[in-house]
Amino acid sequence: MNGIHIGECETFETEVLIIGGGVTGTGVMRDLALRGIHCLLIDRRDLNAGASGGNHGLLHSGGRYASADWETAAECRQEGEILKRVATECIEDCGGLFVAVAGDDPGFAEQFPEHCRNAGIPCQSLSRAEAREREPGLTERLIAAYRVPDATVDPFRITLENVNHAQRLTGSVYLPHTKVTAFEIESGQIRAALCQDTRTGAARRILARQVVNAGGAWSMEVAGMAGCRDVNLLYSKGTLLISNTRLSRGVINRLRPPGDGDILVPGGTISLLGTTSDTVTGLQGIRPTVAEVERNLDQGIAMLPGLATTRFIRAFSGVRPLVQAAEGIQDGRQASRGFTLFDHESQGLENFATITGGKLTTFRLMAERTGDLVASRLGNQESCKTALEPLPTGDGVRWTKPGFSARYWYQRQDPTDAVLCECEMVPQSAIDAILETAPGAEKPMELQAIGLRSRVGKGACQGAFCSLRVTSYLYDLGHYDSNEGLVRAREFVSERFRGVRPVLWGEQLPQMELAEALHCSLMGLDRLDDLASGLGSVPGVGQE
Amino acid sequence: MIQEARQYRTGLAVIGSGLAGFAASVFALQRGIRTAQVGNTGAIAYTTGYLDLLGWHGDRLLDNPWSGLATLRQEEPDHPLSRISDQDIRDAFFGFTQALSEMGVDYTPPGDRNLLGLTPAGTRKPTLCMPRTMVAGIAAAAAGDRTLILDIAGLDGFSARELVANAGASWPNLRSRRIIFPGVDAGVRVFPEVMARALEAPAHRQQLAGIIRSVAGDAKYIGLPAILGIHRPDRVHRDLERLTGFTLFEIPTMPPAVPGIRLREMFEQAFPARGLTLVPQQKVKSLELGKTTARLHLNDSYGKVEIEAETVILATGRFLSGGLAADRHRVRETLLGIPVSQPESRDHWYREDYFDLRGHPINRCGIRVDEAFRPISESGRPISERLFAAGILLGGQDWIRQRCGAGVAIASAYRAVSFAAGCL
Ligand SMILES: Cc1cc2nc3c(=O)[nH]c(=O)nc-3n(C[C@H](O)[C@H](O)[C@H](O)COP(=O)(O)OP(=O)(O)OC[C@H]3O[C@@H](n4cnc5c(N)ncnc54)[C@H](O)[C@@H]3O)c2cc1C
Ligand SMILES: Cc1cc2nc3c(=O)[nH]c(=O)nc-3n(C[C@H](O)[C@H](O)[C@H](O)COP(=O)(O)OP(=O)(O)OC[C@H]3O[C@@H](n4cnc5c(N)ncnc54)[C@H](O)[C@@H]3O)c2cc1C
Repeated sequence: MNGIHIGECETFETEVLIIGGGVTGTGVMRDLALRGIHCLLIDRRDLNAGASGGNHGLLHSGGRYASADWETAAECRQEGEILKRVATECIEDCGGLFVAVAGDDPGFAEQFPEHCRNAGIPCQSLSRAEAREREPGLTERLIAAYRVPDATVDPFRITLENVNHAQRLTGSVYLPHTKVTAFEIESGQIRAALCQDTRTGAARRILARQVVNAGGAWSMEVAGMAGCRDVNLLYSKGTLLISNTRLSRGVINRLRPPGDGDILVPGGTISLLGTTSDTVTGLQGIRPTVAEVERNLDQGIAMLPGLATTRFIRAFSGVRPLVQAAEGIQDGRQASRGFTLFDHESQGLENFATITGGKLTTFRLMAERTGDLVASRLGNQESCKTALEPLPTGDGVRWTKPGFSARYWYQRQDPTDAVLCECEMVPQSAIDAILETAPGAEKPMELQAIGLRSRVGKGACQGAFCSLRVTSYLYDLGHYDSNEGLVRAREFVSERFRGVRPVLWGEQLPQMELAEALHCSLMGLDRLDDLASGLGSVPGVGQE
Repeated sequence: MIQEARQYRTGLAVIGSGLAGFAASVFALQRGIRTAQVGNTGAIAYTTGYLDLLGWHGDRLLDNPWSGLATLRQEEPDHPLSRISDQDIRDAFFGFTQALSEMGVDYTPPGDRNLLGLTPAGTRKPTLCMPRTMVAGIAAAAAGDRTLILDIAGLDGFSARELVANAGASWPNLRSRRIIFPGVDAGVRVFPEVMARALEAPAHRQQLAGIIRSVAGDAKYIGLPAILGIHRPDRVHRDLERLTGFTLFEIPTMPPAVPGIRLREMFEQAFPARGLTLVPQQKVKSLELGKTTARLHLNDSYGKVEIEAETVILATGRFLSGGLAADRHRVRETLLGIPVSQPESRDHWYREDYFDLRGHPINRCGIRVDEAFRPISESGRPISERLFAAGILLGGQDWIRQRCGAGVAIASAYRAVSFAAGCL
């Protein structure tokens, strides 16, 4: 499907427009495509720009919610089991522990097995020695430990796989950098979504029979554009830290009411420690702070003393959209982690739905419910297939997993395949595969988009070198004939810096100093604008 | 068996093998001071080869660094360069570049204006002095002459196409071309240092010259990544110009880069020959400051070494080189715990925006010195009469953003040596 230009405005047509390229929106896209429906997915930035790219990657066994919210807990357990079957490539079934340490409430710990039983979650009590044998990094001051079937999930991979599959099934389309700004509404129906290309400013008009709002934390804003006042969200900001080593065998949860720094999640060759939870009033300027990093660390160290000397390479933040059921809940941790599907019929609209809240773990179920509603509205009789049909994989979507490119490169043994990112061993051939076959990104694909589809920029140097190497490679391929490539590289390292800034101490500080020397002193990225405009005006420089 | 420590006595001990350390040794030798230098390979292998004095001040790209210094003295009186006179800075640069030229890497002397050196990205860098092998690029760019930039298959981080895309706007006759380095299979990864060593051999130069001639077309100038030899770059350069008939110039590459390796290897050969005791690749483990002498303790591959020195210059650099280090809360100087001026908390080390043109406060933190370049304690008094400091370890400057790395290193080393000489 191609856009048709009418005057200044490019017009697209589809059966279902999905707004939001997170795990939910892409999940809905695949769900509908499996029912034979054509979809158009848009995101104001790119895939996983929201919470789906800023979370803990924990495929919850449900243990975390067993004590306070057994429905969510049971939902997590059930969905976890399904995903372990159908999305094997995206999941590491590493198991998890819940541990209490001296000072934690022993009563809370004692009730844990019973709460798990109520939600149907397998839970095995471990002795202190057993727990520490399994996870040697645990503190000696353990007072209780239980084993649960937690796992970890690569959200980047899941999202890419969803889009990849939907594209193949029905020729569904994904448009990045496309932000919905308004809707054309006529007699109870959305006729078109008016969008803007956030790169070029160009207007786009999308005609669709059904519209799904999967805008995550932004879904209240998007619903508002259609005049719907029924979506009422609480925003809960969470911040996490990444280390570039694997600190544990499986997931380690603190056994106490949820608090800062109480879950460690390994994934491939890295680990994530988090998370904070702070209610925020807006979605602007969300970035991790030094104070949040300190809170996570102080708490995490009580459980895993080695964290005090661990090298963290980055922090990041995401915003959880929590659906406010009851009036007056101000604390994000008390609000339900359940999801809500709004059919908006009470708001006088017949072809609009919003799916929000929930978890990464439950995205499939959220997509199923949404798919059921949308399909029935379209008169489509097909039932949901995502619980049984495995996610296929493809050459363009394999590169997000920590450690994968390195194995691939060593196995391939091709001396002409230059490694462009040395920290994560991402070779040129991986970039080629992504440029050619990774789902949905602008052509030519920018460094940011490549970073999202690979490990480029995610290793110890956080893009200091690889941003420049990949940029040179893109120049070599002829993607740019001006300083645009450098402008993109500058954007990329600026974005990386937001996450690096709060963890700059110890070994990361020399790394940062080198990065800044490279980017500014050597390459002049800090002065690109001045250099571009001012060069001609420096008269006949020098004495040579 | 307890091994006896080997002991050296010296007039001046220089700690650090960056530009500041090497410059200090150069100036000490010029004054005939008995000198020992210790330091592991530091940031010198990272340098482009350009010796910057002051390239940017505030919002201004400085065509004339000397008038920039005048403003700097008013606006940033604590900047190390504000505390050194133009004459001393000029003498320091003259003395240093002259020494480099004599020892085997020919450098341009300091001029009245900045030169706009090319970067591997095709952007330009205001700098004061550069290796002779890079100079022709300045003239070619200024005249916009027909120039062919070559890059090499398998050399990553150096794209001639990128350079042309960026520099081409103000240089219409600029072209790019990729070549295969003689003797290498197409596409296999190649490293600047290895190619530079290969080009020390005339046979390789012949082959490369043949390749250059075959692709040069109507170009007048040929630009290449900096690979023209390690030990005798000027000879390799001249020879290739003769063999090809074109004017050639080098362009810096991503680190670790040849121009810095050249300097390091040149010093490592030239210094011992001139009577300097050089303990390369080692770190000083501890430093005792006594009443009449200072004592440095370290180990090399043969065992313990002790150096007793009448004066010491500390030129240990910043975080990258290990002169400064930080935990989650504070920045400290690593060898003696000298007080480091710094922002009050980690939240103030870096600004929110990476490319904030004001620079990051942490880059201005560092040790403070008195008029005689002696590190001072909290009370403002020198830590020791015989301890001096030089280089980017000094606070109050932002070498990265101001493009003043070599300037701070060379000029402060010059001053520190002259004050140390006063104690001997
Ligand atoms: C810190 C943190 C940790 C978490 N940890 C876990 C965990 O370990 N396990 C788990 O199961 N869940 C976890 N979650 C929850 C999980 O991440 C989210 O539930 C899930 O990612 C939500 O996905 P989504 O697609 O609904 O929303 P998002 O991923 O936020 O996607 C919404 C998308 O909509 C786009 N958008 C917004 N406005 C517009 C517009 N006007 N036009 C076009 N596009 C627009 C945005 O760019 C964004 O990409 C965590 C959440 C956070 C914040
Ligand atoms: C990527 C990059 C590009 C650069 N480009 C330029 C450029 O184009 N122009 C320019 O003018 N400058 C440039 N510089 C800066 C320049 O290389 C120097 O960093 C600067 O001039 C200051 O040198 P210094 O000697 O004070 O510190 P450094 O160069 O950092 O040297 C400090 C030395 O002290 C040693 N040391 C530390 N602790 C000990 C110890 N306990 N015992 C013994 N030795 C110790 C270190 O190993 C190191 O050798 C660049 C730097 C980098 C990193």
